[in-house]
This record gives sequence, structure tokens and C-alpha cells, in this order.
Amino acid sequence: MENLNTELPKEMTEEFVVNIGPQHPSTHGVLRLQATLDGETIKDLLPHLGYIHRGIEKMCESLGYKQFIYLTSRMDYLSAHINNQACSLAIEKGLQVEVPARAKAIRILMAELQRLTSHELWWGSCAMDLGAVTPFFLAFRDRERILEIFEENTGNRLTMNYITPGGVMTDINSDFVTRLKTLLVKIKEHLKEYETLITGNIIFQRRLKGVGVLPKELAISLGCTGPTARASGLSCDVRKYYPYDGYEKLDFKEIVADGCDSWSRYVVRMEEMRQSIHIIEQIIDNIPEGEYRAKLKGIVKLPVGEYYQRVETARGELGVYIVSDGGNKPYRLKLRAPNFSNLGALKPITVGSKIGDLMASMATIDLVIPDIDR
Amino acid sequence: MTLTIQFSDITKWIHETLNASMSPGWALFSEFVLAGVAMILLVVVLAVLFVYMERKVAGFMQLRLGPHRVGPWGTMQVFADVFKLLLKESFAPFTVDKFLFNFAPILVLAVAFMAMAPISFAPGLQLWDMNIGILYVTAVSSIGVIGILMAGWSSNNKYSLLGAMRSGAQIVSYELSAGLSLVAVIAMCGSLSISDIIASQADGWWIFKGHLPIMFAFVVYVIAGTAETNRAPFDLAEAESELTAGYHTEFSGMQFGMFYLTEYINMAVISMVATTVFLGGWLPFHIYGFDAFNNVMNFIPSWIWFFGKTFFIIFLMMWFRWTFPRLRIDQLLKLEWKYLLPLSIINVVIVAFLVVMGWHF
Amino acid sequence: MRALIQYIKDVAQGFYSLSQGLLLTLKYFVRPWKHIVEQYPENRTTTIYIPEKFAGEVVLPHDENNRHKCTACTLCEMACPNGTIKIISATIEGEDGKKKKVLDKWVYNLGMCTMCGQCVDACPQDAITMKNSFELSVYNRNDLIKVLNKPGSKLKEKES
Repeated sequence: MENLNTELPKEMTEEFVVNIGPQHPSTHGVLRLQATLDGETIKDLLPHLGYIHRGIEKMCESLGYKQFIYLTSRMDYLSAHINNQACSLAIEKGLQVEVPARAKAIRILMAELQRLTSHELWWGSCAMDLGAVTPFFLAFRDRERILEIFEENTGNRLTMNYITPGGVMTDINSDFVTRLKTLLVKIKEHLKEYETLITGNIIFQRRLKGVGVLPKELAISLGCTGPTARASGLSCDVRKYYPYDGYEKLDFKEIVADGCDSWSRYVVRMEEMRQSIHIIEQIIDNIPEGEYRAKLKGIVKLPVGEYYQRVETARGELGVYIVSDGGNKPYRLKLRAPNFSNLGALKPITVGSKIGDLMASMATIDLVIPDIDR
Repeated sequence: MTLTIQFSDITKWIHETLNASMSPGWALFSEFVLAGVAMILLVVVLAVLFVYMERKVAGFMQLRLGPHRVGPWGTMQVFADVFKLLLKESFAPFTVDKFLFNFAPILVLAVAFMAMAPISFAPGLQLWDMNIGILYVTAVSSIGVIGILMAGWSSNNKYSLLGAMRSGAQIVSYELSAGLSLVAVIAMCGSLSISDIIASQADGWWIFKGHLPIMFAFVVYVIAGTAETNRAPFDLAEAESELTAGYHTEFSGMQFGMFYLTEYINMAVISMVATTVFLGGWLPFHIYGFDAFNNVMNFIPSWIWFFGKTFFIIFLMMWFRWTFPRLRIDQLLKLEWKYLLPLSIINVVIVAFLVVMGWHF
Repeated sequence: MRALIQYIKDVAQGFYSLSQGLLLTLKYFVRPWKHIVEQYPENRTTTIYIPEKFAGEVVLPHDENNRHKCTACTLCEMACPNGTIKIISATIEGEDGKKKKVLDKWVYNLGMCTMCGQCVDACPQDAITMKNSFELSVYNRNDLIKVLNKPGSKLKEKES
């Protein structure tokens, strides 16, 4: 009898490495995560980058100031307008150009619509990462309508190259306002559907609450921005702190939650969609008349110096840093991409949790892989 | 009543003609072959219908049309897919355990077929009316997990192994509450034989007769059945966004097709058992006192009743699948061991109490 | 006891939330006319909606007398970030004896074009525009390289 306690068989477990990606349904791109697993539990996580590195910064340095803007749409392809806006603002800073009021209004409208499309796609893919497929189609239904508006007014659906130094490429159509208004009514209705289908769903809540906790201190030290950081209680909305293109005149709330978990990130994004609609509603009725574009020279030359502009994309803070040597091409261009620093949060928030939690955390951080690698 | 053909007459006629023309041994053998072929045909037809139905249900719930290009309303899409799978090479990676790898899909499919044996589709249309029918179904359907574990282990793939282990944990756990919810009905009607269970519901289906405990057991059975068939929201074994395809990641061609078929046959078995036990099998829907209504209900053939109810439960499962997000593995097991199982046990105790006191119908 | 009531409440709320989701999907299931899919290959000539501004390809519009507006100034070629455009100009002798640069070939490589619209933006004559054409894929990569000016076309002189 006394031998019972001494000779218990030892638990034989062995850690093993699983490559999640580069081709995996829930990485939404070519991100490779080298996960060390102990059964279902994640012991270590190592993201491998570079599968979609295209050298956008270097390519930009070999193109003229007006020309390289179209390349930035290809970084975070879900915030193409906002990326273009960032570059345009940086160049305008160097040129000291005053953008017409109409162009500013159109820029904000487009940027907020872009944020809406991005968050809608995120909502659908987040639900799909957690196993529900139907929300994806509901999200794409609304996103498609906004993309149609983009298509009508800018000529392209995803990579528009619409916002350009000095203003916008072309004027908006005459029926833009009416179409957008009817669309907003619909989107608001459909946002309620989102709430009933997914937000209120008990399985979904249990999957996200308390999962992927990113403390505020960690968020600051990792350089997280955007909804990811705001869900950790870090107030960091560039539109509030460094307003551009007339955001300072608008009334909108910066959504900050202090739950720090995936559920807070979800709530912050859902609420940001409402705020975007709120912003659009403020401008839509009083788009100023006038020029939509300030006249620029055919070949733009920035004065010697350094120019930095930050904007709030759908995922966080995008910084454009241009060094000019006075020539017609940037001497150096650095893009501070939000997803790269947000990816850093993935390991600390997932180690120790289950594989399912990794998907939930990754979905709520909302990574866009081409933006990580650039 | 003379209008409807009794299935027992057909089987009797076949039995007599075979016995008249050959020795009893050969007659028995040919009856076995006939029954097997009939069962395979039935199952394949059902599986094709289910696949088509799933696609259409999924499509309609997702604001789409589902398949609609191959054939009228896309009806030929399933056949096109089956032929494509048949023509594809059943590729096995270099490092797999060849024997287990090739055996797993066959085992899974065979077990799924076996579970259909005692199910009564219509009066007289039953392969084997054994006296422990329900016990047999639950026992046999749990062998399937061995095939899944085999597939996961032999694939020599970590995703497959994880999926198989998840599936094993899941099926073994959910079998308990599925079994216990069946026990509730069995305790009330006092027999394990499927024909007896159906006969005991002639004056009302158990879901109505049994009041709250049986209704609860029905809900638990549908949840546990969904989990047993590895379907969303309990599809952790194949969890597309986590494990790419789970235990059948490495399978291709018809071997994959067998797993795919098995999923639908298992669904069919689960819903047929639920139909038999809770919804009165092939018995028509009657309301006590409305004779005219009851006569109309009687006029509908019994096999339509049976398959109608089966399809209703399958629709429920598809509805769940295309609405809910997936659970996490620990939540899944928690749901079983902390909620469903204790509640099922309490439910069985209540049912036992009702039966002992004679308070049931 | 209070904990038990709370527990039952939670379970009921959970079931309620699930039923709400189920009702939503059922709503769409029974209302097929709300569906949003387009029957694309069938509607390519009928109901398909391609907005006017949609940038499908760059075109060099010609008027009814087979005249275009391109003066072969190559500003579009310089504005293009991808080297999509190649302007081949020829020098001809005008009626008054002066040598003049005219457009010989306006070579456009659709395969390299990103539809950024810089060329249209740069053109001082408004000679080129974006057309909302679609289904432009071809089997041979060389077919993507197009000469936009029609044979025998002439420059449309400005009415002065």
C-alpha cells in the first residue's frame, strides 16, 4: 500500500512545432507563425515575415512624388484611401500647398467610408475565423455597396489612387450625396443585424472575453496603435491628437475601452463603425463648393528637408516620413505601418492559451499581411 | 388502407419467391446481398440529397443561391463532385502509415453503414429488428471514432493528429449525454427494440407524451448529436480556420469523399434515431380528438413521415452550422462535463422517478 | 440562491441570444428575393452595372473623321509609374514645309497598367481617357500590348 504514492507514472508530454501559415485559412495572407504547442496549448509563437515583401519603400524612392502614391494603396489594401491621404499630406506639407475645402471634405468622406469597409470586412473575417461563415456574407453585402460608391466616384474598387497631392483626382459625382445617404440608412439597419447575429451570441462572447489580454503598459511598449491599443485603454487616435484635413472641426468620440481583451477590441471596432457613420453624416450635407484640387506643377519637387505625417488608418497609426534632397524623387521614404507593430502583440497575448484563442486574438488584432511586410 | 402498399408484403413476396427457386441457404444469402445493396443505395441517395440540401440551405442563409449551374437548379452539382472525387487519385504522402491510412476511411464508412441496420424506415421496412436496437446504434456509432483517430495518427501530420485527438475527446464525451437522453425515453417505454419504441408512441410521440424531461432530453440529444457528428458549432475536429481540415487534411480523392459521405451518413443516423425515439418514427402526427385531421395525416405514407422528420432534424443541424461560431476545445468539454452530463443525469433520475411512480402515460 | 438565479438567468440569456441569431438566418433563408448575388456571366450584356468612371483600360478616343487629340508630347509616358506607355513619334513635313512631330504609335501595355490614372491626369490635351470596359483578359501576353491610335488617324487640330 505504501508504494502507491512513490511510483506514479510520469506524465509523458512532448512539445511540437506547428507551422501555421504561410498558407493557412486564418492568417488572411502569407504570414507564417511558428507555434510551439503542448497539446492544444501554445508555448511559443514566432512570426516569420517577408513572404510578401515587395520593397514598396525602395520602389517609392525611384518614382516621382505624384507617381509613388499608387504604391501605398498596396500596403494596407483595406485602407487604400487613407494611405494615399497620408502620402499626399506629407507631400503637401513640403510643398506648402493649401488644399481646397471641398477636397478636404471629400477626403474625410472617403477615408471614413474606407474605415467602414475595412471594419466591415474585419467583422466578417473575425466571425469566420471563429467558425461562423454566414456573417462573412452579410459583411460583404454592405462592403460591396460602399465599394460601388468608390467605383462610381474614383474609378477603382480597392486600390483607388484617388487622393492625390493638392486634393483629389476627380470631382465626386452629382448623385454621390443622395446615394451615400440611402446607403447609410441601410448600413445602420444592417449594423443592428450584426449585433443580433454575432455580438449578442453567447458562444462568440465566450470565445472573446478574457482572451488575448494585452495590458496597457505592454501596448505602449510594443508601439501598438489603433483599435488594438484603444481597447487596452490607451487613447491614441491620431484624428484627435494630430488632426489633419479638418478632423478638428468634426464632432466624434474616440472609442477607448479598458477591457484589454479580444472582446474589447471587438467592441471598439464595432463602435468605431458607428462613429465613422456619425462623421460622414456631419459632412455629407455641407460639402463646400469650389475647386476639388489645387493646381500643382507637372513634376513636383519638394524643398530639401524632412517631412512626417501621421494619419489614423483603420488599423492604427500610419506614419509617412519623407526625406527630400530637393530632387523630383524622395531621397528616403519610411512608412511606419500600424500592422507591423500590432503584430508584435500577438506573441505575448497568445502564449499560454489554446489554438482557438490564437485565431481569436489574430482576428481581433486585425492583421493585414501586406502592410506588415510592405 | 388498401391503397397503400405495405412494405412487409413486398419483403414477404421476395422471401417466398427466393425460397421457392433455391435452397434456403442461398435464399438467405441472396436476401443479405439484396438488403445490403438496398441499404447502400438508400444511403447514397440520402447522402446526395443531404449534400445538395446543405449547399442550398447554406446558400440561402448566406444571401446566395447555392449551386445552380450544373443541371436544373444545380441538382447535378453533387453528382459532378462525386465523379470528380472518383476520378481523382487517392494520393498518400510518403511518410504515412499506409495500411492505417487506407483502412481508416473504409472503417469510418463501414461503421456508419452498420449503424443504419436496426432503423425502421416504415412499417415492415427494417433490416434487422433486434431487441437491443437503440443500444446497438449507440454502441456501433462510437466505433467510428477509432477510424478518425486512425486517420489522424496515420497521416503523420500535426494538424491531422490534433484534429483526431479533438474528435476523440469530443465524441467520447458527447456519447454520454446522447446515451443518457435516449435512456430517458427507454425508461419510459421499457424496451430497447426500435419497433417497440415506435409502437409505444402510437397514442402520441414521446416528445409530447413525456412532457418536460423528454423535451429536455430531445434538446440535449440534438446538441450532443451535432457534436457527435463533428458538425459546427462543434466542428473542432476539422476546424477549418484552425486546423485547415483536421483529421482528413492529407486525404484526397475518394478517400476524402468517404469521410465526407460519412459525415452525412452519421447525421442521418443521428436524426433517424432522434426521429424514432422522440418524434414517433414513421407514425403520423395526431391531435387527440380531431378525427378528420388525423385521417388526413394517416393518408400520408409512413415513409414520408419518417423522412420528413429526419430532414427536419437535419435542417436543424444545418441551421446551427450556418449560424453559430465554433466553440473552443475547453469550452466544448466544459459544456459536456459541467452542464449537459449532470443535467442529463438529473433528468434520467427524474424520469426514473416518474416511471417508478407510474406518472407517465 | 442568488447565484443559482443568476446562473439560470445566464443560461436563459444565452439561449435567447442564440435564438436571435437563428431567427436572423431563418429570415434570410425564407426570403430568397433579398439575396444579393449577381448572375455574372449571364448578365454581362444586360443588367450588369459598370459605373461610368470605372477604370478598365486607357483609350485614345477618335472622332468620326478618324482624328485624335494626341500631340505626342510624351507627358503621359513620363507620368506613368510603371512604364506602361510608349509613345513613338514620327517627324513629317507639313504642307507649309515645316518639320512637325506627330504621333506614330501610341503603345499601351495593359498587362502592366495599374489604372492609377496618372496619364489621364497628366495629359494637357485631354487626349486619353479611361474606359469602363471589362473582361479584357487574353490568352497571349503579347495581345495585351495594344496600339491605341487607329491606322491612318490624324491629329485633330485645335479650331482657332
